[in-house]
Amino acid sequence: MANKKLTAWEKVEIARNPKRKTSLDYIEAIFDDFMELHGDRNFKDDRAIVCGLASIKGQNFTIIAEQKGRTTKENIERNFGMPNPESYRKAIRFMHQAEKFKRPVITFIDTKGAYPGIGAEERGQGEAIAKSMFEMAKLKVPVIAIVIGEGSSGGALAIGVANKVFMLENAIYSILSPEGYSSILWKDSSRYKEAAEKMKLTAEDLYNLKVIDKIIKEPVGDAEESFKKVVNILKKEIITTIAELSNLSEKEIVQNRYEKFRNMGEYMEV
Amino acid sequence: MIVDKIKKREAQNVKAKKSNVDIPIGKWVKCDNCKEIIYKEKIRENLSICPNCGHYFRMHIGRRLELIIDEGTYKRFDINIETTNPLELEDYPKKLKTLREKTGLDEAVSCGTGNINGEKVVICIMDSGFLMGSMGIVVGEKITYAIEQAIKQKLPLIIFSVSGGARMQEGIISLMQMAKTTSALTKLDEAGLLYISVLTDPTYGGVTASFASLGDIVLAEPHAMIGFAGQRVIEQTIGESLPEGFQTAEFLLEHGFIDKIVERKDLKNILYRLIQFHKSSKDKK
Repeated sequence: MANKKLTAWEKVEIARNPKRKTSLDYIEAIFDDFMELHGDRNFKDDRAIVCGLASIKGQNFTIIAEQKGRTTKENIERNFGMPNPESYRKAIRFMHQAEKFKRPVITFIDTKGAYPGIGAEERGQGEAIAKSMFEMAKLKVPVIAIVIGEGSSGGALAIGVANKVFMLENAIYSILSPEGYSSILWKDSSRYKEAAEKMKLTAEDLYNLKVIDKIIKEPVGDAEESFKKVVNILKKEIITTIAELSNLSEKEIVQNRYEKFRNMGEYMEV
Repeated sequence: MIVDKIKKREAQNVKAKKSNVDIPIGKWVKCDNCKEIIYKEKIRENLSICPNCGHYFRMHIGRRLELIIDEGTYKRFDINIETTNPLELEDYPKKLKTLREKTGLDEAVSCGTGNINGEKVVICIMDSGFLMGSMGIVVGEKITYAIEQAIKQKLPLIIFSVSGGARMQEGIISLMQMAKTTSALTKLDEAGLLYISVLTDPTYGGVTASFASLGDIVLAEPHAMIGFAGQRVIEQTIGESLPEGFQTAEFLLEHGFIDKIVERKDLKNILYRLIQFHKSSKDKK
């Protein structure tokens, strides 16, 4: 496949391409029915994260998705997909309802990171991300996270504490942007391409590091055809994975997720 | 994530440490805040606080233990691990080795059990002198292990944070330590045990966005800088300068994200009293 030849930096560019399909594109195509619902019941409806209810053949789901805009206007409304704390608090509200009504949770990850702003800090961006991971870790229903585009930093991981993590072949998932990485580590922001290669941010790298569980192939060629294929694969994977996880007891579902993250990062005894 | 502002402070800190604070060479220190040159022993005697202006110097693990834990009661957990260098960076293992030799620390956190006025606790203390207290595999694993020990031994947990965030050198695996430590805290929570998080200067990024923000009680030292995003990143993003006092402990208190600001001299006693408040009457002697 031609895709194999892509460098890590080329994948970064694909993942960031403004024409790349967004969470709502996938949600609308994968699920038979979807209804967005709004608000964190505390401060506002932050639109960088979309929450709602969806179903496939009678199986209901709770959806939590980071959403970039598909137009400039929408990007401004959605803060370019960079969530404020209210987004994470809205996500937590939907996680709790998912548990109450025994709906599996599907999250879609696509963000440059949590928004770095004055208001975001005033309203506890760090606390909101921490609490989102905390609540997600405890959920007694199955959770699948799908990295569809850019999965950058704590802003991505905040909705990534899942039983299974899928990742699109040309998506990226990393501690921060290659630009930020090279600027912090090498004090030289111009070395971002080199950083991208070093960071192990491609789906293949992350699969080898056991950070993700499955790579979703993105066929080359016509973009719409490729999208349809990816949608079909995702739909099938969601159905079979949820069916598998539904065989577990609530306790086992929590434990399964716990062990996955408990074992993140190999170390050496000295 | 780690921010340039903090990196700058780190550079200053490293520079300061070479000749100054808490290292038995050179007898004088220049205070970062008031720029006064002060006799080092004076600062040490004063809980590493500038006697001239009240500026809090960062504390090394050893000094922090002396301040908080009853003498002779600290038992470091027997967990001796090193990172596997997941990004295979060439100079990283060498850098760690040099740091270990220079600081006498094996990593950016030390975890163990000890007593606070006779009350046994699990305590984790981070150190800014080791790669800015950043969290990679070893820090994440040690803190997780400490949380598990608190559950096993049914002890309160206290974590003193000081960190630039997730450690860049270990990439995505550092990021995952946020989820690992946070998941472990859900078990501590279910076990009904107390966790007190103490934020010290500076606490940022992935540490703020994980265990440091999840205490049942969150304390902070006066004027400590605490936040998620670094100040330079925010300034660059919004294109304006930041308000006075932004991201200080006092700012966080005002916005409802910490329970109490505690002066260094009072920390041990406040921790002791909080532990007492969380004991059932039948457990109290």
